[in-house]
Amino acid sequence: MATRAKKRRSAKPKRLTKKDLNAMYRNMLRIRRFEEKTDEFFMAGRVKGAVHVSIGQEACSVGVCTALEDEDAILTTHRGHGHSIAKGTRMPEMMAELLGKSTGLCKARGGSMHIADISKGHYGAHSIVGANMPMATGMGLAYQLEGSGRVAVVFFGDGASNQGSFHESMNLCAIWKLPVIFFCENNHYAVSYHVERSTAVKDISVRAQGYDSPGVTVDGMDVVAVYEATAEAVRRAREGGGPSLIEAKTYRFFGHSRGDPQFGPYRTKEEVDEWRKRDPLTIAADMLKLTEAQKKAHLKAVDKELNDAIDFAEGSPEATLESALEDVYA
Amino acid sequence: MPVLTKDNHEEQDRHGGLGQAQRPVPATVNNSMIGMSSPTRGSGKKPELERNEMREITFVDALTEAHHEEMERDERVIVMGEDVELAYVFGVTKGLAEKFGRDRVRDTPISELGIVGAGVGAAMAGYRPIVEIMFMDFIMLAMDPLINQAAKLRYMLGGQLSVPLVVRTPGGGGVQYGPTHSQCLEAWFMQIPGIKVAAPSDPADAKGLMCAAIRDDNPVLMVEHKMLYKMKGAVPEGEHVTPFGQAAVKREGGDITLIGVGYQVHNCLAAADELAEEGISAEVVDPRTLAPLDTETLAESVRKTNRCIIVEEGHLRSGVGSEISAAVQEEAFDYLDAPIGRVAALDAPIPFEPRLEDFVLPNTANVVDAAKKALGVSV
Repeated sequence: MATRAKKRRSAKPKRLTKKDLNAMYRNMLRIRRFEEKTDEFFMAGRVKGAVHVSIGQEACSVGVCTALEDEDAILTTHRGHGHSIAKGTRMPEMMAELLGKSTGLCKARGGSMHIADISKGHYGAHSIVGANMPMATGMGLAYQLEGSGRVAVVFFGDGASNQGSFHESMNLCAIWKLPVIFFCENNHYAVSYHVERSTAVKDISVRAQGYDSPGVTVDGMDVVAVYEATAEAVRRAREGGGPSLIEAKTYRFFGHSRGDPQFGPYRTKEEVDEWRKRDPLTIAADMLKLTEAQKKAHLKAVDKELNDAIDFAEGSPEATLESALEDVYA
Repeated sequence: MPVLTKDNHEEQDRHGGLGQAQRPVPATVNNSMIGMSSPTRGSGKKPELERNEMREITFVDALTEAHHEEMERDERVIVMGEDVELAYVFGVTKGLAEKFGRDRVRDTPISELGIVGAGVGAAMAGYRPIVEIMFMDFIMLAMDPLINQAAKLRYMLGGQLSVPLVVRTPGGGGVQYGPTHSQCLEAWFMQIPGIKVAAPSDPADAKGLMCAAIRDDNPVLMVEHKMLYKMKGAVPEGEHVTPFGQAAVKREGGDITLIGVGYQVHNCLAAADELAEEGISAEVVDPRTLAPLDTETLAESVRKTNRCIIVEEGHLRSGVGSEISAAVQEEAFDYLDAPIGRVAALDAPIPFEPRLEDFVLPNTANVVDAAKKALGVSV
């Protein structure tokens, strides 16, 4: 599109510095604390509707978004708070959305499952499982046509990889060489249905072979591993190489949604405990050799930001009834 | 999907892609359509057909012209669909790939969910995609991106973006394609806030509504009846945009209002001719867009004639006519001298065999009978 400045971004992935890794730890902690507070608010009846927290999956959100520029796009899922925060979504307006306030990102119409902040390249949480992949394809097509070098990343789960939309989108992106990255957070469960029962292949990444595209499986609890895989996929996409599929093996420490206990009929406490030993924050803290004092400093800064966001949300007016009829049409 | 084989495609109309045994458009229909005066009476706007020099072109050519003009005007307009580069099935996209290149006009795999979803995504990113769905029946494969995404995104994301997407698709029967290639599903989409629905009945409206749809910042579904593609009609030279939400009076009359949707406007016009022979003056009104629906112009006609028949090709139950009937009686109840009548496809799938298909689809005689019943004239 000639009206937009044609800009070729550097395709070379940056090498992570200790400062970068510190920022990544901080971002994961921001997600963790936001989710803990969201859960607390939900249990207290202050956050209404459906809430799916992403505790345990923070390395996926942060690893991916660290490899992106502000202008790049993400599209996420019903479990999208982490991706939102990692992409730079404004936390006060996000908390206001969860509390159903007029200042919410979606003006209290979307709620937890539809967070978006277009100004930050966050093109929405899309709560129909798999629906975001065709949209990411179209965004990739737009970026290719405008020659901007931007990429679109679409997050989805193991469950969504069995939707037709995944396969149709992978094929379209592959035949047109679109700058789209399919990032599958394989947290092993589609609600209660284990991936080994739902999915014919052991590693979802092998499905990329059916679309003549690279597919890789990474440790979704290791933020650096996620970053490196994403950076390589971004490089390829910016250079016109087309789509990539990244599968991150990860785990949600909480239930599917707040109606679902941490363990119950479909998974055991032992299984949850085993995964918790590989907490992505602990892994990153160990990599950084963070002292207790340093961790406390991080926590203090994060909680300050979070409390400010809560203050903003709580101080915001309720959405008016009239606003329920606005923005139906442009 | 019927396939044009090498053996048979020569004798079929390449641009029509229709079988031999299609139902003929009544001769009177074309005559009634051309040079109608004041086609937009009731809208408060100047009659469009008097503004510019007119020429006769087909419905398909009118749509093609709209694409060419809008793609020239706005480089964000792109076209995607199955076999659109060669315009191989109904011909609407002919010449576009050659003129605008295969970046902007691209064939897609048979992947309706994927391509409509990609249209939504490209629209989110600032383009103005037009996605062709080869038969309206196939749109069911893309209901999620249309209904759950395109229609809701602007609202759901707090007005942060808009989705200027056009999905065009041929609907309707009369060509012996059977239950899965003959449906008129406009009523489904009329029900959904956030999407607009247009159903033009003649070449001038086809061009005007198509241009308006492309310029619209909202998702629009354009339903093009297959039987109309080869129909000729007067279309103004030059820029011609028909605003959404303005019904058109296609024939003036005083005794009864016949509201026709899409191709059924022509059954209404043919019925009006027959009724005229018996001294009955029927007014034919075409809503042109179903969402938004210009209930005021429809009700205004009924307040004049006091009787109303609604003719559509979707099924009777919960059809377009159900909605229009409710709206008209709400606005003109005191003026009605008879119950509002509805003529529609019978509540069965559309069968393939010509006699059976004719039986299920509405025809001119059905409209005449319904009108006479409303007028208390023996049928």
